[in-house]
Amino acid sequence: MLLEIKNLHATVEGREILRGVDLAVNVGEVHAIMGPNGSGKSTLAQVLAGHPAYAVTAGTVLYQGKDLLAMTPEARAREGVFLAFQYPVAIRGITNAYFLRSAVNAIRKYRGEEEFGPVEFMDALAEKLQAIGWDDSYLSRPVNEGFSGGEKKRNEILQLAVLDPKLAILDETDSGLDIDALKTVAHTVDKLRRPDNATVLVTHYYRILTHIQPDVVHVLSNGRIVKSGGKELALELEEKGYDWLREAAAVA
Amino acid sequence: MSTGIEAQVLQPYKYGFITDIEAEVVPPGLSEDVIRLISAKKGEPEWMLDWRLKAYRNWVKMPEPHWSNVKYGPIDYQAISYYAAPKQRPQLENLEQVDPKLLETFEKLGIPIEERKRLTGVAVDAVFDSVSVATTFREELAKHGIIFCAISEAIREHPELVRQYLGSVVPYNDNFFAALNSAVFTDGSFAYIPKGVRCPLELSTYFRINASATGQFERTLIIADEGSHVSYLEGCSAPIRDENQLHAAVVELVALDDATIKYSTIQNWYPGDENGRGGIYNFVTKRGACRGRNSKVSWTQVETGSAITWKYPGCILQGDNSIGEFYSVAVTNQRQQADTGTKMIHMGKNTRSTIVSKGISAGRGQNTYRGLVKILKGADNARNYSQCDSMLIGDQCGAHTFPYIDVRNSTAIMEHEASTSKIGEDQIFYAKQRGLSAEDAVSMIVNGFCKEVFKELPMEFAVEAQRLLGISLEGSVG
Repeated sequence: MLLEIKNLHATVEGREILRGVDLAVNVGEVHAIMGPNGSGKSTLAQVLAGHPAYAVTAGTVLYQGKDLLAMTPEARAREGVFLAFQYPVAIRGITNAYFLRSAVNAIRKYRGEEEFGPVEFMDALAEKLQAIGWDDSYLSRPVNEGFSGGEKKRNEILQLAVLDPKLAILDETDSGLDIDALKTVAHTVDKLRRPDNATVLVTHYYRILTHIQPDVVHVLSNGRIVKSGGKELALELEEKGYDWLREAAAVA
Repeated sequence: MSTGIEAQVLQPYKYGFITDIEAEVVPPGLSEDVIRLISAKKGEPEWMLDWRLKAYRNWVKMPEPHWSNVKYGPIDYQAISYYAAPKQRPQLENLEQVDPKLLETFEKLGIPIEERKRLTGVAVDAVFDSVSVATTFREELAKHGIIFCAISEAIREHPELVRQYLGSVVPYNDNFFAALNSAVFTDGSFAYIPKGVRCPLELSTYFRINASATGQFERTLIIADEGSHVSYLEGCSAPIRDENQLHAAVVELVALDDATIKYSTIQNWYPGDENGRGGIYNFVTKRGACRGRNSKVSWTQVETGSAITWKYPGCILQGDNSIGEFYSVAVTNQRQQADTGTKMIHMGKNTRSTIVSKGISAGRGQNTYRGLVKILKGADNARNYSQCDSMLIGDQCGAHTFPYIDVRNSTAIMEHEASTSKIGEDQIFYAKQRGLSAEDAVSMIVNGFCKEVFKELPMEFAVEAQRLLGISLEGSVG
């Protein structure tokens, strides 16, 4: 088991958003987490990454058998947890290349591997850059500064490809992308699938799941996973919406 | 929120050691006799002593100014010693005669003076308390006709140049601290770049305060003759001491027709401890005169040290088409205070000035930008661009901006941009999520914020500046 979430409760500014989430992710799997606005999808992603604005009030999260919640955000990252942000921030004056290399080297250093020099790193980067359809010019631009919404999302996926994590959490990476960009991004993510890693896709829409076939689809509603199923569940949601589930949850 | 951005840990000041060396220190107190004594020790000509005394007589009548946005207790000018020098032979023939302890001190500070260890491409004048210890690469510079030496030596060896230019940019009665400096200045650097010469080396002065209960009053004078070009850098540090020490320097720059002077400062005087005890009062007057047509003076400063920094390196743009620039990073952490900025005085036609100021406040630091842009009547088509950005780290620090603009010519074009931002929790979290430590994240964000200034520094020192910034912000985040 790569990730095991049990009865997770979390609050932001005193408001309870997660109300007992249970989720188990094995290596080699792609899980999609769907659900209406405000159901707690992004909160779950942020809590797993360790954002300080969210307080965990109950429950446990084991990652590779270790207590994930006890780890600092940077320790989680170094252990292979990656969050593709819904709203990536800009860092002025720091080039994309420098930021990426610092991140890669922080992780390599943690693993006791030799750090990349600037030239070596550029070589290692070329292929990944091509995969997302970018040229070198994006590397010398400041991190996300002046990037369009779509460019920011692509940049997250570039970072994902370069850092090659064990557990990738994609927080609505598909929103704000046009059809071609979505295809490129989804294709890049799909190519990263391996038997030794896993992906959790947080999304509103069925569309991305036509490019990345999920093994399991979960519906998060009102801070709890109310239904799980195979990829056909996503299609059902696409047709019927979420209301029928909310009603079902209320009855239960 | 539990990121601990506000968590304060005492940062180590890495240059706080004391060199145990026998020193000659004149007893505390200031009088005409003390000035005569300093002048005699320096073997100065009569005209120099007269100038000092004139300055002193003005100074005693001047009130101490208190308009800055900084707070400090009264300074007892009679409790300061105005001259301290390591004991050694009066006239040094070569480096072998320099006390090894002094060489060791500068080496520890990363400024090796001995020939085999010298920094390549940089000529250094090393000033220890009140005297210049050594100046490197002099012979090589002399081949180009460049004079680079201690100012006390220049007064003896090149009196015609010193008499012509000393006090011509900052008069002896310019302000309280400049007058004090004019009366008691002990050493500092002098550089003269002859016509048409592009100085092949970076010139640099490193100032070290060592003795306690002394003040440091250095004076620097740089003259770039027609068509010449020079890049000069000053660095400084001081031991950790519980009392405050006064540093009141004067820097004068003169650029003649088509000449360029680039003056960079990396200021790292002891900032005091986390309770605000000790540290240097850095009250300095720096001014450059763009006297010739098409001349240029460019100031770059990285201010991370001192308990209080109070200075406005400025440019007087006299020559037509002359250019003044000011690029500044000022960091205040713990209880440091800074009130710094620039003055751009446009007198000539088509004069241009650029101001880029980055203030960073952390801990309980207070950071003030104060700047004056003045366009005089005859300055047709003058242009100024000002950009003042402030960054706050934590919620107990402060940033203040006082831009003064005085335009008396309607053809002037002025642009002013200002921003204040709090270092973002989200930015830090973003970087941490990619595996960076909190300190590396802050250092990266701050360095990015300062990039426009750092890129103005000579290559050799840009790295040093970034490192220093990292050290001075150490402990400002948890």
